[in-house]
Amino acid sequence: MTNDVVAEMSEAIRTVLGAASVSQLRRLSGGASRETWRFNADNSDFVLQRVRNGTPNGLGAEPAVLKAAFAAGVPVPELVIDGSESTALERPFMIVRAVAGETIARKILRDEEFTTARSHLVGQLGRAAAQLHRIDPSQVPGLVVEDQIRRYRTALDTVGEPHPVFEVAFRWLEQNMPISTGTSVVHGDYRLGNVMVDHNGLSAILDWELSHLGDPMEDLGWLCVRAWRFGGALPAAGLGSYEELFDAYEAESGVRPDFEVVRWWEILGTLKWGIICISQAHTHLSGLVRSHELAAIGRRVCENEYDLIELLLEDAQ
Amino acid sequence: MTAPHDRPTASELLESIREWLERDVLASVEGRLQFHTRVAINSMNIVLRELELGAAQESTHASVLADLHVASDAELAARIRDGKHDHELMQLLAVLKPVVEDKVRVANPTYLR
Repeated sequence: MTNDVVAEMSEAIRTVLGAASVSQLRRLSGGASRETWRFNADNSDFVLQRVRNGTPNGLGAEPAVLKAAFAAGVPVPELVIDGSESTALERPFMIVRAVAGETIARKILRDEEFTTARSHLVGQLGRAAAQLHRIDPSQVPGLVVEDQIRRYRTALDTVGEPHPVFEVAFRWLEQNMPISTGTSVVHGDYRLGNVMVDHNGLSAILDWELSHLGDPMEDLGWLCVRAWRFGGALPAAGLGSYEELFDAYEAESGVRPDFEVVRWWEILGTLKWGIICISQAHTHLSGLVRSHELAAIGRRVCENEYDLIELLLEDAQ
Repeated sequence: MTAPHDRPTASELLESIREWLERDVLASVEGRLQFHTRVAINSMNIVLRELELGAAQESTHASVLADLHVASDAELAARIRDGKHDHELMQLLAVLKPVVEDKVRVANPTYLR
């Protein structure tokens, strides 16, 4: 990245914002389909997310969800510019006000500076989940109901690496489908790593790009998947019990989550992460993106087979 | 050691590179490069464990498949999907468990409970 590119982009951002000056523009790591940048404009910090080259779907419904979430009082970064339709930065983008804190799960779970945060976090995550499930879906017209089983069945078949344990899990999920808790806005990737945490705990829910309409218990189940405990001993984000999470959710929503339903979603989540691991390794193996990091993720598939066996055998007892 | 090759063995060679990454490279890099160095070290450890345990695990896997009268994981997966094991899904998981544990023992042994 040359200085020219940064200067040119800073100037484009300055124009979009109508700011007097833009400085300290730098690229952060970002996800698979987004570039993430950070900068300062007129003494405030902002984050810019821009669609990567070759990503077909633009920003999808994310700016609309962020706006609706902010309006509903959910802790999210404030959307400043929705550049979904703009060509000012060549590709679709959005700018949000930066929120201070840490996203790296292992730091949040282990570093001393987050001791106080850890004691509040599970309760805050439970309450924030209940808040986000109250977002009025009619405010976010771009969101669609997504059949998670079908989506990940297709993803697995696309790669074509059959795993007997995953097939058992698919059968079990189909045969034990819970009665729907309702249809609400679901974050779709609600876990440590996608939330900003400061010294007092949860400060913002980030990364809404997988949000869709569905059973709200999906978010609670995903939060308890073993991969998202990051080595922590307890089920909810590695930090708390199911009861602690459910108590907070109930306090905010008046609805007590049903353990069996959350568990069904946790099992689906474990299967889903296993399949995502296969897909990520395939991204390397197919030559799409050669990366030893993506390659290594392929050897995490078996962790999910292991967890599925444990979860399903425990459920059968 | 595999004939006709000389020492170091494949494992010993890999180990020598891992030691260099741990001792010299890790200390002199930071941020993303440090993280990627750790990933590389981790993958080398996976290969080292597979070199050590792989042969025995291959025969465990083969005998589990033979007991189930299938030739491959793909065949078993297709049978499960077709509903041919619906009456014994949990028993099947118990049978598959040692194979999955073998995979975890190579990929990330501290994950085993």
